[in-house]
Amino acid sequence: MSKQIYWSELEEGQELPTLVKHPTTRQLVMYAGASGDYYEIHYDKDYAINNNLPGPILHGALKNAFLGQLITEWISPQGVLRKLGCQYRGMDVPGDTILGKGIITRKYISNGCHLIDCEIWLENPNGEKTTPGTATFELPIK
Amino acid sequence: MANSFLTDKMIKDTIGRQSPPVRLNVETGAIIKFAQAIDDPNPMWNDEAAARSGPNGGIVAPPTFLRSLGQVRADFPFDMPFDRALDGGSDWEYFFPVRPGDDITAIATIIDINEREGRLGTMIFTKTTVEYKNQLAQTVATQTNTSIRY
Repeated sequence: MSKQIYWSELEEGQELPTLVKHPTTRQLVMYAGASGDYYEIHYDKDYAINNNLPGPILHGALKNAFLGQLITEWISPQGVLRKLGCQYRGMDVPGDTILGKGIITRKYISNGCHLIDCEIWLENPNGEKTTPGTATFELPIK
Repeated sequence: MANSFLTDKMIKDTIGRQSPPVRLNVETGAIIKFAQAIDDPNPMWNDEAAARSGPNGGIVAPPTFLRSLGQVRADFPFDMPFDRALDGGSDWEYFFPVRPGDDITAIATIIDINEREGRLGTMIFTKTTVEYKNQLAQTVATQTNTSIRY
């Protein structure tokens, strides 16, 4: 388990540790199997090209999973993810290095829970935010 | 601007439509396989021995694992001529951990439908909320999805 972070240690405006992902076509096949989403645009190059795509593209839900990892890896083991949202604005392709990033937008207490809101996103190698989102999580206090 | 496809009646008939229930019995192996597929090495969803001493007392599912229930989707009450689909995004809310052995039942409800003209021509945006309940009738999570047909 990673070293626990605490609510008291964090500040609004603080950046999250960057998550680096290296998705491959092999991973898309594994994700298709694990999730049951067998839409061919995610692993069949001919099918993807015939659908006016550059080639296979990442499942939106896999990118959602990357954003989940961005938060849970940082807040584990005691932190609890409450909300996770994202929008699929741009395509991501296997072979590209995808960065998960975020910034703390709000630190507050609600119903006795110590909460943090973040803006989060995935970034492609051109620095474009293909998958912007938000997250809310609860942390222990020291 | 008037819609070219959706009528007020179609919108009214669509909002509130529910899917049949979709069920999944959560297995430890399926959680670990999902974690491997997303390449997330967190011991909370990979290592029962390590997870046992953690706050959940054992392996739990990673945040988007419930996607493995597959499509939980309500039918449209009309013929949908736009057969291409795009996933617009997801908003999850989490209430209880999902554990091995849980029996999860998911039901989707369409909460909004509208039409826009875009670079892909006429696009139908449908917002659906999926509620996931466990065998204790606790809502473990909800997922609100936007899907786009064009």
